[in-house]
Amino acid sequence: MNIVENFDLFAPRLINKKELFSCGHRACSGCAEVLSVRLMCKALGDDTVVASATGCMEIVSSMFPTTAWRIPWIHVAFENAAAVASGVEAGLKALRKKGKIDDRYIKVVGMAGDGGTMDIGIQALSGAMERGHDMIYVCFDNEAYMNTGIQRSSGTPMGASTTTAPAGKASSGQKTWKKNMPEIMVAHEIPYVATVCPSYPLDFIRKFEKARNIKGPSYIHCFSVCPTGWRSPSETAVSMGRLAVETGVFPLFEVESGHYRMSPDMPKKLKPLRSYFKPQGRFRHLTDAEIDAIQERVTAEFNKLTQKAKFL
Amino acid sequence: MGKRVGLEVTVAVAEAVALCRIDMAGVYPITPQSHIAEHLSNLVADGKLDAEFVTVESEHSAMSAVIGAAAAGARVYTATSSQGLMLMHELLPIASAMRLPITMAIANRAVSGPLNILNDHSDIMPQRDAGWIAVFAENGQEAVDLSIAAFKIAEHKDVMLPVSVNIDGFQLTHMVEPVILPSQEEVDAFLPPFVPHATLHPSNPVTMGAFSMSDYFTEIMKAKDEAIKNSRKVILEVWDEWGRQFGRSYKPVETYRAEDADILMLTMGSMGETAKIAIDELRGKGVRAGLVKLRLWRPFPFAELKAAVKNAQKLIVTDRAVSFGGPGGPVFSEIKSALFAQARRPSIYNYIIGLGGRDMAVSDFVGMFDQVLADRAQAKADTYEFWGVRE
Ligand SMILES: Cc1ncc(C[n+]2csc(CCOP(=O)(O)OP(=O)(O)O)c2C)c(N)n1
Ligand code: SF4
Ligand SMILES: [Mg+2]
Repeated sequence: MNIVENFDLFAPRLINKKELFSCGHRACSGCAEVLSVRLMCKALGDDTVVASATGCMEIVSSMFPTTAWRIPWIHVAFENAAAVASGVEAGLKALRKKGKIDDRYIKVVGMAGDGGTMDIGIQALSGAMERGHDMIYVCFDNEAYMNTGIQRSSGTPMGASTTTAPAGKASSGQKTWKKNMPEIMVAHEIPYVATVCPSYPLDFIRKFEKARNIKGPSYIHCFSVCPTGWRSPSETAVSMGRLAVETGVFPLFEVESGHYRMSPDMPKKLKPLRSYFKPQGRFRHLTDAEIDAIQERVTAEFNKLTQKAKFL
Repeated sequence: MGKRVGLEVTVAVAEAVALCRIDMAGVYPITPQSHIAEHLSNLVADGKLDAEFVTVESEHSAMSAVIGAAAAGARVYTATSSQGLMLMHELLPIASAMRLPITMAIANRAVSGPLNILNDHSDIMPQRDAGWIAVFAENGQEAVDLSIAAFKIAEHKDVMLPVSVNIDGFQLTHMVEPVILPSQEEVDAFLPPFVPHATLHPSNPVTMGAFSMSDYFTEIMKAKDEAIKNSRKVILEVWDEWGRQFGRSYKPVETYRAEDADILMLTMGSMGETAKIAIDELRGKGVRAGLVKLRLWRPFPFAELKAAVKNAQKLIVTDRAVSFGGPGGPVFSEIKSALFAQARRPSIYNYIIGLGGRDMAVSDFVGMFDQVLADRAQAKADTYEFWGVRE
């Protein structure tokens, strides 16, 4: 029986029932980024501390004096989630070693959006990963600076229209290819790098559980559909995530100690890119020729990745 | 018992910090601070200090990491200088708003441009309103004593604020001076273990660094202002306690031959030592000159300052930084506003001195006194001047 299609049947047995990220947060309806945060908390459990960057997830979850977090959570600034997490990890490690706190394993998580990770936060992230802190870093990638009004980031895909790289008579939106952040993390030779999408909750949870058990740094890149910024219907956030995976725009894979493995959820044959672009306002201006060019690149990138996964 | 040793001041400070049994340090190299970072990491490498030394990739991350560790409940330390402090700037008000007791040494150095690695106070002055307690050391012993006391002040339950200990770069950091390093037992007796209000631990989950709109923001700012104002009492207590235990006591404002002085000079940091010699020289010539040393920059010691200058006719304020296009050096503006409402106050003169390591000899200090003494019409009062500038 297909687990995802019969999800209601399987979910109670496979997924932690405890809500560590509560309802009542202020995210837009149909936000897949907040869904991802909730799933992450379920996967990691109570003994987790989260250091969050400024961005949508911080704003929607921590409006003083309310909070959506039932696990310890800290926000300091935009570009330093990885550095704050590394300090929390070092602090807890020292206190545990000296017997000043109980001897219990706590996983520290640093999290930020694509802007907070790939642009302004990449230095702090690179430093924390290189130093080998025992932490998970998660990039919630909704492909633009959403919190501040849909400005482009280096994670915005080619051709997408944003408020700082808008489509117009003389422009087709984003002029650059999306930065390949997972590969940058693989180049750090950390023990574990994975991509996830909340449209595949079991794959998502399994990867987070794996990262939790690794003593050392791991990086998870989470594809997070943002109906508000992508101008796509809110009720399609989950199916949109599936389309991104099925078209090869966002392949699900993991890299353990340098070894690539495609997720079993990846289809054998990719769907055409158009099916993914069509429902999204941010791509609506693209011409057939432009879509073809992007399609070519997506296929080539996907083939490159599957080649790497072949040599296990 | 403590021992008297000859040490480079940075090394002495690192030794003092180790005596405070820190749990974690995050420090990034920058001249003239680096020897603190290096010596701390030596102490960790030799097993003499049981702490996590996080070799961060920038000062921004140094401050971020000590914020994270302090929030986790650790006793933390960092040190920086100049550009490093400017890079941390964004995070300083966050650390104080989060009420995290972080102790930081600042090896004061000029801020670029042009690039300059030598001493002045242009790095600390832009941090004035960050909500940090800021103290200035005049010599190596003070740097040691004030560093240890800083942990106790910062972590006091009625304070819970970060503290910067300002140590003039090179002039002070790189001097080899005789200092008395207290013993471990003495420091343990003085400094109790850190007991945080709340920590990032799953046994009691809390949210730190929440988002706040206009409904609470003003209240939070007021609370921070109250906190730093209230820290004054604790600072006085802790310095007195230090005095009782170690025989060297500290005050927010200290004076030298000031009681009967007609003309006073005000300094902050290591230049007080040179100014003292100038005062002795002037006294020898019959000039009733005196010195006021401002040790505590934030919270500003209004009462002590007013008391220290109340009988003088003239007050020369020295500044080690420029407020471009402003009313004078930052210390000068502060002193003027502190004395504004006084019925009787000295005429105030301002000299901007010793920028980017420009040497200040005893004769320079005497020269400033001479100029001000000669200004009988008080034409130069309330104005500022760059001392020793070549035009
Ligand atoms: C130093 C600094 N620069 C800019 C900002 C403004 N800012 C806050 S969040 C944000 C964008 C966040 O984008 P991303 O990291 O992708 O997260 P998202 O909101 O999309 O989840 C920006 C530009 C800031 N807070 N701090
Ligand atoms: S703007 Fe996008 S990412 Fe942000 S809360 Fe709304 S849907 Fe979620
Ligand atoms: Mg984003």
